[in-house]
Amino acid sequence: MNAVEVENLTKKYPGAPQPAVDSLSFRVNSGEVFGVLGPNGAGKTTTVGVLTTRMRPTGGLARVGGVDVAKEPTRVRRLLGVVPQRNNLDRSLSIRQNLLFHAAYHGVRRAERRRRAGELLERMGLAERGDDWLDNVSGGQAQRVMIARALMHEPRVLFMDEPSTGLDPQSRIFVHACVRELKERGVTVVLTTHQMEEAAKLCDRVAIVDRGRLLALDAPAALVRELPGSTTLTLSFEPGRAPDEDVDAALTAVETVERVEAMPGGRVRLYTSREPGEVLPAVLKALAGHGIALTGLDVARLGLEDVFLRLTGRELR
Amino acid sequence: MSVLDERPPTARAFAAVLGRDLVVTGRELPAFLAQVLLQPLFILFVFGKVLADLGYVGGGFGDVLLPGVIALNAFVGGLQNTALPLTLDFSFSREIEDRLLSPLPTRLVAMEKIVFGTIRGVVAGAVMIPLGLLILQDATLAPASLLPALAVMALGAFVGSAVGMVVGTAVSPRGINVVFTVVLTPLMFTGATQFPWPGLDRLPWFQIVCAVNPLTYVSEGMRAVMVPRIPHIPLWLCLLVLAVAGAVAAEAGMRGFGRRAVD
Repeated sequence: MNAVEVENLTKKYPGAPQPAVDSLSFRVNSGEVFGVLGPNGAGKTTTVGVLTTRMRPTGGLARVGGVDVAKEPTRVRRLLGVVPQRNNLDRSLSIRQNLLFHAAYHGVRRAERRRRAGELLERMGLAERGDDWLDNVSGGQAQRVMIARALMHEPRVLFMDEPSTGLDPQSRIFVHACVRELKERGVTVVLTTHQMEEAAKLCDRVAIVDRGRLLALDAPAALVRELPGSTTLTLSFEPGRAPDEDVDAALTAVETVERVEAMPGGRVRLYTSREPGEVLPAVLKALAGHGIALTGLDVARLGLEDVFLRLTGRELR
Repeated sequence: MSVLDERPPTARAFAAVLGRDLVVTGRELPAFLAQVLLQPLFILFVFGKVLADLGYVGGGFGDVLLPGVIALNAFVGGLQNTALPLTLDFSFSREIEDRLLSPLPTRLVAMEKIVFGTIRGVVAGAVMIPLGLLILQDATLAPASLLPALAVMALGAFVGSAVGMVVGTAVSPRGINVVFTVVLTPLMFTGATQFPWPGLDRLPWFQIVCAVNPLTYVSEGMRAVMVPRIPHIPLWLCLLVLAVAGAVAAEAGMRGFGRRAVD
C-alpha cells in the first residue's frame, strides 16, 4: 500500500500570484525513506503542511495511509508524526512532560506513555535530561526532543521538515542514524531538504520540486545516472605542451565522449555517461600520435547536486 | 488491528489538553494570582473603603461595588487569559502546534482554550469574594447565594473567554497592546461594575451604551444573586443575554481559531 499519495495537489495562497504547489503528484511506498528536494520556496513545506493537515489544499487529492487528509484530518493525525522545521516545543513543560503530554493528546494510556518516554529519551541520548527545562537546550538537543515527541504515539508515517538544517555535524549524523533506524522499524519517512548529500545518503527515492512542480522522481543514483555526461575524466599533460585544436578534435571524435571542455593549466575535461574503463582506451588511442604526454588523470562522478542544479537552474532567489 | 479501527480518543485527548493547561497554571499560581488580584483589590480598597471612610461615597456603596468587581474580574480574567496566550501561540512560540496535530478536532482544541479561560476567570472572580468581604467590612454575602454567584461568574467568565478568543485570533501580536487598551478600557467602564444599571435612567445615552456591553449583564446578574435588594436587571434576562452572547462569541472565536490554525 502507498503510505502517501498526492494527486494533482495544488495550493494557492490568497493574494499570491503563483500557486505554492502546482499540480504535484507522487506516491510514497510503505516503509520507504522519501525525500522532497528543492530550493527555498519550492513548495516543500507547503506540501508537508497539506499532508500533515495543517494547510487546506486548493485542489487535488492527498492521502496518508489511505485516508484523505482534507476530509478526515482527525483520523490522519493518528497515523502521522511531524518533526517541524522550527522549534515548537512546549517551553512551559519539561522535556519528559513534552513527550508525556504529546502521547496523552493522542490517547496513549498512562503506563504506556511513561514506558515509551523512558525508552525514547534513552534512545535519543537524553535520559539524563528528561526533567530539564527547554531554556538551555541546544538546537541539536531540541531536534532530538522533537523527534522523540513525534514518535511517542508510534506513527506509521513520519514527516521531517528540513531535519538537519542548522545542526552541528554530530547532531546531523545522529539524525541520519535515527532515520535509518526508523526505516528498519518499518516507519515510512518523508523528509524535505535542500541538502543534496543528505538526500543522496538517506533517501530511497527523491522527488525534485521547484516552483511547486515535480521535475524528477527516482532513486538518487538513478537520477545521477540519467544526467548526460554524469562522469568526468580530467586529463593533465606535460607542462608547456598544451593540447592544440587537433587534440581537441580527436577527443571530440571519440564516440563515448559527450563533451570536451578546456580547463585552466592546459587540462582537458571529458564528460561521459559510460564507465571510465570503457572510455579510457579510446581516449588514449585518440591522443596517440599527437606528440603529447599524459601526466595525470582524475575521474569524478557528478552528484545529486549537479542533477539539482541542472533541473532548477543556478540563479539565486 | 489498525489504530484507525479504534475509537478516536476524543474525550481523553480533550482531558489531556486541558490537563496540560491546568498543570502549567498550577506551577505559575503565584504569578497568576498576582495578575488577577492586584487591580481589583486596589479598586475595592480605594473606592469601597478609602472613599467611603472619607465620606465621598455612601456607606452602602460597597454592596454595589463588590458584585461588580467580582463580575469584572471573572469576565476580564477569562478574556485576558484566552486572548494573550493565543496571540503568542499563533505567532512566536507556535507551542500550540503539537495540540493542533493531535487527533482532536480543531474546534475542540479551540473549545478547550475557552473552557480553560473560563476556569481561570472563575478562579479570578471567586477569590475576590472572601477578599472583598474582608476589605469591605459592611458588605455581606448570604451562604445560600454562593452557588448562584458561582454560576453567574462561570457564565460571565465564559463570555469573557469567548470574546478573548475572538480578539486573540483576530489581532496580530504587534497590535495586541493597542487593542487591549482600546477594547478593555471601555469594556471595564461601561460594564455596570461600579454602578447599578437601572440607576442610569438619568443618563439614558450612557444607559444604552452600557446595555450593549455583555459585562453589564454579569455585574447585574451578580447583584441579583448577591444583593437582590439593590435594583437590578432581572436575573433571567441577564442569563439569557449572557447565554446568547457567549454562544455567538464562542462560535466566532472558534471560527477565527480555525482560520489561524489551518492555512
